[in-house]
Amino acid sequence: MSTWSRNNGALALSAAATCLLVGGTALAFLWVPQDADQGFSQKIFYLHVPVALTAYACFAWGAWKAWRLLSRRQDRYDLESYTAVHMGIIFGVLTLVTGSIWAKISWGVWWTWSERQLVLFLILFLFYSAYFMLRYSVAPGPARANMSAVYALFGVVLIPVSFLAIRLAGTLLHPNPVINRDGPQMSASMFGVFCVCLAGMLALAAALYRTELTGKRLDARLRELRELLA
Amino acid sequence: MSYLVDVATLARKDLRLELRARDTVPAMLLFVVSALVIFHFALPEESSGPAAVGLLWIAILFTALLGLGRAFMAEREQGLLDGLVLAPCDRSAIWLGKTLSTLVFLLLVEAIALPAFALFFDGSRIGPAAIAGVLLADLGIATVGTLLAAMASASRARELLLPLLFLPVVIPLLVGGVGAAVEPDPARYLGFLGLYDLIFAILSWASFEYVVTE
Repeated sequence: MSTWSRNNGALALSAAATCLLVGGTALAFLWVPQDADQGFSQKIFYLHVPVALTAYACFAWGAWKAWRLLSRRQDRYDLESYTAVHMGIIFGVLTLVTGSIWAKISWGVWWTWSERQLVLFLILFLFYSAYFMLRYSVAPGPARANMSAVYALFGVVLIPVSFLAIRLAGTLLHPNPVINRDGPQMSASMFGVFCVCLAGMLALAAALYRTELTGKRLDARLRELRELLA
Repeated sequence: MSYLVDVATLARKDLRLELRARDTVPAMLLFVVSALVIFHFALPEESSGPAAVGLLWIAILFTALLGLGRAFMAEREQGLLDGLVLAPCDRSAIWLGKTLSTLVFLLLVEAIALPAFALFFDGSRIGPAAIAGVLLADLGIATVGTLLAAMASASRARELLLPLLFLPVVIPLLVGGVGAAVEPDPARYLGFLGLYDLIFAILSWASFEYVVTE
């Protein structure tokens, strides 16, 4: 990694995220035609779905770093995996909140068990909250790093398995399948704006990840120095 | 071959400990029967049969938690785990041995719990499909539960942490088990349980080594 990207990576990502998200929101409200079925409330789609996909991306990134930790045995992957899961749970909570608002507008209830993605995010929220409990109750060290990594890997396997389970358990009541097996079922303009919003959200997550990681590394470095001085 | 001998030796050690001390299975048995009695009073008079099946599954999961919470107790308290990790056998053999002994405990408890359920509630609910669901879910509970119990036993919180780690992971087992018991077409649910067992058994088998070593 070059010096420039190390020093300014987070800044560049934040700038990209700001431009893309502001642009995407403006396009979603001003340019894209209103959804014939759901009307104005469908606009939350451009926030809710990118947030959800970003949360998945963060969990996957955390699992990838966990895999690297177990195979390469380098300490830095532990912090990276932890930070990615941390970002994932923030976006996961945002997904629950935005999904809940959408459910309230569409169906008049804040929570519905028939909305499969929401139920999945609730399960993931519980699962990854336990990840933090695990980390806080084990003394820092290689043992904790290994356990966290194994647990983070369990997470990415649990996502599809839980999704299958929810499908088996529940009735089918997802609103107008916007994306299904035949590809996205939306007009080109909708899909384009959706992609802009998704890119913006991913850039935002990456910027947050970089910033948080830098802060945590500084913290660790500071603690080392303090111990040396003490 | 020597791998299987190691596994059998480790499982036999747990079973012998239990035979001598008898401190886990009787507690699990008493717990599951108490839970079923409690559920009778928790269910309103005219509630449906399928609801009782759901409660049976909650009883099974919580009883399993009770057993799993004790699974690594002796190992951690007496420093036995360090010895086992140093022993010249594959570390995953420790996991497989513990999984087998947990499975035996679970089966023993269910051999009492299922007839008790049939006696107390609607006996017609316990058909071949329901029993197959219980057996398949037991495999999943034992494999995943043993790995998570090893994690929880290394933490300060121990008994407190295990349910938090365990319950979100076994939600699919609950779906499969309840579905196999109440749905007219149980094959899909049993297949799903088998898939879950396979995936998580491989995952737990491959990752146990990292949980007990530094």
